[in-house]
Amino acid sequence: MTVLQATCLIAVAIIGTLVVATRDPLRQAAVAGIFGLALSALFLSVQAPDVALSQITVGAIVVPVLVLLAMAKIREHDR
Amino acid sequence: MSRRVRCVMALVALAVLGATLVVAVADLEPFGHYPGPYGDVLAKVVPGERHTGQLVAATVLDYRGFDTLGEELILFTAACGCVALLRLRRRERGEASAPERPAPSFAARAVGGALVGPVVVLAAYVVIHGHLTPGGGFSGGVIGGGALLLAYAAGQNVRLRRVGSIGMLESVEAVGAGGFAALAIGGLIAAGATLQNFVPLGTSGMLLSAGTIPIGNVAIGIEVAGAVALIVAEFLEQALLQEPA
Amino acid sequence: MSVLAYLVAVWLLIAGIYGVVTSRHLVHLVICLGVAQASTYVLLLAIGYRSGAQAPIFGDIPQSTPVVDPVVQALTLTDVVVSATVSALLLALAVQAHKRFGSVDPDELNALRG
Repeated sequence: MTVLQATCLIAVAIIGTLVVATRDPLRQAAVAGIFGLALSALFLSVQAPDVALSQITVGAIVVPVLVLLAMAKIREHDR
Repeated sequence: MSRRVRCVMALVALAVLGATLVVAVADLEPFGHYPGPYGDVLAKVVPGERHTGQLVAATVLDYRGFDTLGEELILFTAACGCVALLRLRRRERGEASAPERPAPSFAARAVGGALVGPVVVLAAYVVIHGHLTPGGGFSGGVIGGGALLLAYAAGQNVRLRRVGSIGMLESVEAVGAGGFAALAIGGLIAAGATLQNFVPLGTSGMLLSAGTIPIGNVAIGIEVAGAVALIVAEFLEQALLQEPA
Repeated sequence: MSVLAYLVAVWLLIAGIYGVVTSRHLVHLVICLGVAQASTYVLLLAIGYRSGAQAPIFGDIPQSTPVVDPVVQALTLTDVVVSATVSALLLALAVQAHKRFGSVDPDELNALRG
């Protein structure tokens, strides 16, 4: 296992724990975006470019945007 | 059962699960020593049989195309579920009351509007070259769906005259899903086995090669882009796509 | 050292499930579910990895170079996109639950109680 892969694995484990530990969904959306980026770096380091490409678009764009939209609708209904 | 008891029980159960899993993964092959035969068989066989060097695309669309058909239908069902859940809310609200948002700054509008075109071209490139480079229908489709989101963030409203614009997104997604299913049935009709590669294979490395693989990529790209755009549009609830007057 | 990848996958699964069980907000729950799903991606790709091998795309490398397993990459690739859509469905459910019950706390969704 190369140093790069070990670093990516440890980064993914730490950021994953931070995602679970962040309780406020708005902040958690930002941390989830960073988690997606760390995952795609890990996928690149294990020679999986297709998966990394999909993970970047989905994990850093689609998921945080959907979470923000859901929070906006929940808050709008609260008003 | 109070919350505290539930958390303690969860910790105990997860500790047991974790210990079991650690014992299980300790028996796997060490990291980096891939033993199985399928990867080696595919590496030997695919360039000759399908005239393409992209083993992942060939696996997704040809050798394991049946799994992809199932995943397509999951995508379709999830998008339908989102529409069914959120459409009800809109009808209950009566007249369309798009929430007031402050107009984005000029820089956001200029850059966002200028980038929509290149992003669509990028999505089309990634989809069409799926059998030559990394990418393919799934990644390119998400990029294409994101282009619509960029148009919203830039403050542009997409307006269509005759067809209701949500209806356009629904038909785009249906065309993609139906296209992939038609490909599967076409294989059944033309070559006796569903999802058989029945279009003539060209020479490896050219854009028109590898039979049904690029066609399958295009169908998946259309469907994924339609699904992502439809889900985002349903969440945005008419702020993006104006209904015809 | 060689089991670090598998241990990270197990840790992500445990952390994700713990987040789901102890969640106080439905949207937080959906994101923790996504973390648990990421553990399966890490496990699959770690199984298919071969030391010193290249990505399984014979674009400009000779066809006799050793490559990593393409089957697990095919499985993970479709799963990444599809699970994002399923998360969108769960978020739509959370929005509707808030509308129906006035709260996004899973502990307070008690319509099934007598």
